Amino acid sequence: MSDEAREAIGDYRFGFHDPENATIRFDKGLNEQVVRDISELKNEPEWMTEIRVKAYHHFMERKMPDWGNCGELNNIDFDNVTYFLRSSNATEGDWDDVPDDIKNTFDRLGIPEAEQKWLGGVTAQYESEAVYHSIREDLEEQGVLFLDMDSGLREHPEIVKQYFGSVVPHTDNKFSALNTAVWSGGSFIYVPKGVHVEMPVQAYFRINAKNMGQFERTLIIADEGSSIHYVEGCTAPTYSTDSLHSAVVELIAMKGAKIRYSTIQNWSANVYNLVTKRGVAHENATVEWVDGNIGSKLTMKYPSVLLKGEGAHAEVISVAYAGAGQHQDAGAKVHHLAPRTTSNILSKSISKNGGRSSYRGMLQVTPKAEGCRAKVVCDALMLDNQSRSDTYPTMEVGNSTADLEHEASVSKVSGDQLFYLMSRGFSEVEAMALIVNGFFEPFTRELPMEYAVELNKLLELEMEGSIG
Amino acid sequence: MAEEILRIENLHVKVEDTPILHGLTLTVNRGEKHVIMGRNGAGKSTLASVIMGHPAYEITQGKVFFMGQPLDELDVFERARAGIFLSFQYPAVIPGVQVGTFLKKSVQSVRQEQLKARAFRKELNEAMNTLDMQKSVLARYVNDGFSGGEKKRLEILQMLLLKPNLALLDETDSGLDIDALRIVAKGINQIAPDAGCLIITHYQRLLDHVKPDFVHVMINGQLVMSGGPELALKLEDQGYDWLDTPEVEA
Repeated sequence: MSDEAREAIGDYRFGFHDPENATIRFDKGLNEQVVRDISELKNEPEWMTEIRVKAYHHFMERKMPDWGNCGELNNIDFDNVTYFLRSSNATEGDWDDVPDDIKNTFDRLGIPEAEQKWLGGVTAQYESEAVYHSIREDLEEQGVLFLDMDSGLREHPEIVKQYFGSVVPHTDNKFSALNTAVWSGGSFIYVPKGVHVEMPVQAYFRINAKNMGQFERTLIIADEGSSIHYVEGCTAPTYSTDSLHSAVVELIAMKGAKIRYSTIQNWSANVYNLVTKRGVAHENATVEWVDGNIGSKLTMKYPSVLLKGEGAHAEVISVAYAGAGQHQDAGAKVHHLAPRTTSNILSKSISKNGGRSSYRGMLQVTPKAEGCRAKVVCDALMLDNQSRSDTYPTMEVGNSTADLEHEASVSKVSGDQLFYLMSRGFSEVEAMALIVNGFFEPFTRELPMEYAVELNKLLELEMEGSIG
Repeated sequence: MAEEILRIENLHVKVEDTPILHGLTLTVNRGEKHVIMGRNGAGKSTLASVIMGHPAYEITQGKVFFMGQPLDELDVFERARAGIFLSFQYPAVIPGVQVGTFLKKSVQSVRQEQLKARAFRKELNEAMNTLDMQKSVLARYVNDGFSGGEKKRLEILQMLLLKPNLALLDETDSGLDIDALRIVAKGINQIAPDAGCLIITHYQRLLDHVKPDFVHVMINGQLVMSGGPELALKLEDQGYDWLDTPEVEA
């Protein structure tokens, strides 16, 4: 394989950004006053301010994790991060009112306006707050609440108070503490009993300010027997100084409910992406994470599910793509806490140009969780000899009735595949792209079509860049 | 007047340090079907791979011209775009890539144009009907879990869609039952009038359905005898022992 072809896979291409358009920007660095100021600026209830302050102190006291890529984690300079930035004062409900430079960004990502027609609603997070927010009327009629998190807190404080931090408490880890202290934006969704949201609802997030922290907080509650598919996509412009992204996502699927949360993240190669995603599945409920990690300097993310009620089901499908200087430390955690719960984990990773991808998984079956079934499949594809792929699976099984399967494979692109594809008219770079797209296909097919197209296009754009 | 598609002059080829072809000369014109027969290890598949441009093979002497152009100037995919097609004996599996997507992209790559969805679907339907193929194959992954016969049929489908100037068929008939053999032959006969065909085979039975213009016998990396269809029948009947084994320079 030529260096050119290798070079072509996964090089970061979406390096454009719009002129910064911020109207409120805090000084860099974090202290209790910054936390209180953020809360005050948003006119939050006092209980939220107190949660933030408590979380801030926990963050300061909590040690950095001593696992994963701790060397890289210790390079994060928390004093050099902007913890709050507001780019647009109003939350808008009409696409026509969205500022042009923001629209340009979406255009360049190839997100067609027409998409909205069939999507349930859009919140596009730009900088720290939602600038565009639309809910289709039929969603509203069904009683579905779909707001940015700040509005959710303002308009439905009783729901937020009940569930905020109930799945991911601020004491969970250092970064969940940080997020709880300084969170801004994200989505708040409540689906009433028995309501099925047919179309995926989606939000786009991006980082567009130098050294700006992005700390969105998402809370989704699907009440009994309801279902929703939430889609989140990220691309970030390239900057020379480091950026920190530390989100928290909490999902609550009540009895018989189903939540699917799909993500494609494509951070530029300077971003630390340290995200805590966790869902609770009650009796016969399903929580599904579909999680794609492309880019970033270091990603540490392990979407997890607590199977709390009998017969609950978890599905975690993830892909990771590590290029030069990148480390994707990703995986999944499933805790079987109740009888007859089931789970599937499928993890696929690609490393190239010395990139490193690690699968880190945890599968727990407690003693009282009888008759559980779990399957873990990890596939790694290496595009050259300099890259690295590791697997760190952990299984804690507390009873003998569990039916567990674990499969792992590491493969390389073969010369036979390249020759075959090239004999069909594909250049080496195109052939590689096809093989890579194929490897990701079990993930891609789970995405709404326009996301799948966007992901494949992303790879193809990257190829073109290297040939050009 | 005959239009020259392929001209091979005194071709010597080695793989790693092992010489395989020892001075092979052959010309294929448009509309001609050439069959190369020979024992295992004679160098038949090597010849097909070299013409397609497999990087493992090194030409140490001699030249190959495709429609007048020296082939060594072209990379594998450029040869494909110029109209050379190789039906593989063992086509590679491409997991996760659906046959339908693959075919469309391949045809687009070779023709270097965006295809109109409807026009391509029509073209695809016709070709699949010719080969008696199920539409369900389009949703499967390329060669993944395919039987030998399914793989060969997919190769021939690609050949029909790509409409090559030169079709290299490397043991496309191996392992096929009689129905599949007839279908593969139908595909070859369809493109044959407009292309040069080089058919590599062990068996005479394909030639009951595809009538060759020339039959060549390969031994030790050289063509030792050429004739018409009757030569294939004689080989079927008498084997290769009656032929002299050519000497090869060390």
